Amino acid sequence: MSDRSLRGKSAIVGMATAGVGEAPGFSAMELLGQAAAAAVANAGLKMQDIDGVFAATSSHAFPTMSVVEYLGLRPRFFDGTNVGGSSFEMHLLQATLALEAGLCDAALVCYGSNQRTAGGRLVSMSEPQWHETPYKPRHPITAYALATSRHMAQYGTTREQLADVALAARGWANLNPEAFARGPLTKDEVLSARMISDPLTKADCCLVTDGAAACVLVRADRAKDLPGKPVYFLGAGGANYHRSIVAMPDLTTTAAADSGPRAMQMAGVSQSDLDLVMVYDAFTINTILFLEDLGFCPKGEGGRFVEDGRIAPGGELAVNTNGGGLSCVHPGMYGLFLIAEAVAQIRGEAGERQIEDCNLALCHGNGGTLSSQCTAILGSEAVI
Amino acid sequence: MTDMERQEAGPQAIYEAYLAQGRFMIQRAESTGEYVFWPRVVAPSGATDLHWVEAKGTGTIYAITVNRARDRSWNVALVQLDEGVRMMSTLPEEETGEIGARVKARIETTEEGPRVVFDLVKEGAA
Repeated sequence: MSDRSLRGKSAIVGMATAGVGEAPGFSAMELLGQAAAAAVANAGLKMQDIDGVFAATSSHAFPTMSVVEYLGLRPRFFDGTNVGGSSFEMHLLQATLALEAGLCDAALVCYGSNQRTAGGRLVSMSEPQWHETPYKPRHPITAYALATSRHMAQYGTTREQLADVALAARGWANLNPEAFARGPLTKDEVLSARMISDPLTKADCCLVTDGAAACVLVRADRAKDLPGKPVYFLGAGGANYHRSIVAMPDLTTTAAADSGPRAMQMAGVSQSDLDLVMVYDAFTINTILFLEDLGFCPKGEGGRFVEDGRIAPGGELAVNTNGGGLSCVHPGMYGLFLIAEAVAQIRGEAGERQIEDCNLALCHGNGGTLSSQCTAILGSEAVI
Repeated sequence: MTDMERQEAGPQAIYEAYLAQGRFMIQRAESTGEYVFWPRVVAPSGATDLHWVEAKGTGTIYAITVNRARDRSWNVALVQLDEGVRMMSTLPEEETGEIGARVKARIETTEEGPRVVFDLVKEGAA
């Protein structure tokens, strides 16, 4: 199977973020609205041109309905697929399908959250799993800590290697003025941070921030007529085996091992072609698991792979160049911010952290407790 | 088939009713022989001919963490039962445990009701 029929058929022509970090006084929908308006303007379109809406949030049971009403839209096509933080990588695929089928002409993908200023905790609509409740897991961290414990036992991954992931993220964040957590960070500080769920400390956990993001997609032929530099959709794939961590077949291998190859096959690219790798780093273990599962190193080697600044600024592989969920932004669902950074890099708008000749980027979204995995590949005009 | 299975109740309610009687029961598909936990109406293979069997209660620690709050800490473990299925549980008598360690189930009654918990099997014990 090598379906490349969607490769290059759509392009992101507008992208924006809003309220990254702290945005006191703004609701989740107000932040989403700011990002949406800015993304539509960035595309050189008017809000009323949007006739496809794709949204998922942690605070709206019917996100597309709420977005449509708030923005005054009357879309011909809408989809509120919510598979957690990976929803937006899936939305790129769905939007491309809808555009290609002629079901809409301009698709808005959007997200907004005020979880930091609204309470400072991860807001979750997630229903508890009855067979887990008696043991009082504190998800999501308990689930990620369990996976970390297993990875350490099976492959000898160390806390020092987890710390290398956090340090690399901070190194990139220090080059990004939008990043929320900036400043010096030492390995000792990471290793001595407060233990929350063994072996994960506070420094192994993503930020809790506010933030919104939105992007606009159109068919590739139309993208050329719009003012911004188009970022083409090249491929995407999803994979999902479980909801509860109890049911994850192997805690050291995520479904990214399926979604990644699917996306890369559709895009016709391999790991060595990629200039930028954006992976959903809700916890330090995520980066290690996804680099393995997406084929950047063999299974079990992720800990050794991230040592010695290999994924930090100046390293061999550019990973999470915005500073990631660990040091840039994580407003509950982070997936659209992976895309925002890939777009900035491919457009050459990433400032001090800009990678030279960034033409191919992979965005890997993760949702739930290592549950839903969605990978998307984006590229510049040069690779079409 | 027990009387409980003929009742008009779903697998969750039946599991919890057994637990209240002091019995740790899991499901097994007659046609495929596969064991199923947590209880449901369809096995991962698609089999629906599920019936209840007493769990052996023995297994190994597959993964473990210690949740640390300011006032207390408690471990949460994934235990691989010898039947091949995995469940979330805890070792209330231990701070933590080694992955791969042998464990034995017992039913503990808490304020919120009965639950299956595990103890480490000490060296030389059955």
